[in-house]
Amino acid sequence: MSLAAMFSLLISSILINNYIFSRFLGICPFLGLSEKTSTAVGMGCAVTFVMTVSTAVTWCVYHYVLVPFELEYLKTIAFILVIASLVQLLEMFLRKSVPSLYSALGIYLPLITTNCAILGSALLCIQNGYNFVTSIIFSFGSALGFTMAIVIFSFVREKVALAETPKSFKGTPIALVTAGLIAMAFAGFSGIKLPF
Amino acid sequence: MTNEKQKTNKRSLFSRLIEGLFDQNPILVQLLGTCPTLATSTSAKNGIGMGLSATAVLILSNLLISLLRKFIPKQVRIAAYIVIISGFVTAIELLIKAFLPSLDASLGLFIPLIVVNCIILARAEAYASKNPPLDSMLDGLFMGLGFTFALGVLGAVRELIGNGTIWEIDVSAGVYPGISFFTQPAGAFVTLGVIIAVVNAVKAFISKRKEGNR
Repeated sequence: MSLAAMFSLLISSILINNYIFSRFLGICPFLGLSEKTSTAVGMGCAVTFVMTVSTAVTWCVYHYVLVPFELEYLKTIAFILVIASLVQLLEMFLRKSVPSLYSALGIYLPLITTNCAILGSALLCIQNGYNFVTSIIFSFGSALGFTMAIVIFSFVREKVALAETPKSFKGTPIALVTAGLIAMAFAGFSGIKLPF
Repeated sequence: MTNEKQKTNKRSLFSRLIEGLFDQNPILVQLLGTCPTLATSTSAKNGIGMGLSATAVLILSNLLISLLRKFIPKQVRIAAYIVIISGFVTAIELLIKAFLPSLDASLGLFIPLIVVNCIILARAEAYASKNPPLDSMLDGLFMGLGFTFALGVLGAVRELIGNGTIWEIDVSAGVYPGISFFTQPAGAFVTLGVIIAVVNAVKAFISKRKEGNR
């Protein structure tokens, strides 16, 4: 794959096929952790880190363990186990060797196991037949897109919290409508035609 | 005596059904499982297909987790639940691929992603791990029906406004062109937000009337 094609894959996974606004992956943390910008940034960083590492590991597990033994149909079970244990390992590793990163990501790490964006990214890479390098680029780009979406959303939500809203729209409903408006803006990116 | 007991059982069953469908609806009230909700509700058919697949997994996993609740050590229970759930999800995924290929094509990635649907893990942790098998199965059934109901309503609204069809049958006699906004991702967010707001308004109205009657 040429460098330009890799770059266009990165851009399309960040903007055009944004996980939140066009694929609907990872909506739960998107709605749950976006009330404050600081938590949104923390969650975004944790997702970026875990998604890139876990996609690399699940790609290897699929191609070097499941395919040789013809166990492809077990990929959902295998991937969720790999992701759950990987998150646990990462947590222990970070606590021991990179305590500053651990204290920043700490509380968000265990939440990530049940984040459907992580499993979704692992499954999508297999489904689209990406090779190892493109899988990493795709998952990293998608995670950046997720981070961007949750941070932008948290900026808007901090303003919306101060605005006067109808009683029945308070809380989640107005947040969903706001997300819909941001998604409309993101839909504009789908018109971009990348050369590769 | 037995008759009376049966009666109370029946009434509690009905009230639990209402609880699953309305009072404790997993999507509209508890806000669990929003990813599949938004992604698969482009039409009533897709929404209900997704809802029923998740219901099947929910009933089976609740049954097995409740049967094993005395054998699973507390420390590793979440991991054990995830393995049980993903086993059932794989089975359902293979069945859908074999018998309903068109549903498989429209739901795509979201069938394997039932594994990480928070509704299923939430019911396993909150209900099935503490209650006997039959009760847990019923809990799975009612919560699953609530999920299916909300998905069906959301799908029907989006399909009707977006395409002018209900269950892929044209009801507008070709006059209405459809607003494609509602079948697109942005429309999913807005429609769900408005539906939840309507549910909130109805709830406030009912509780106000109850207070007025007193």
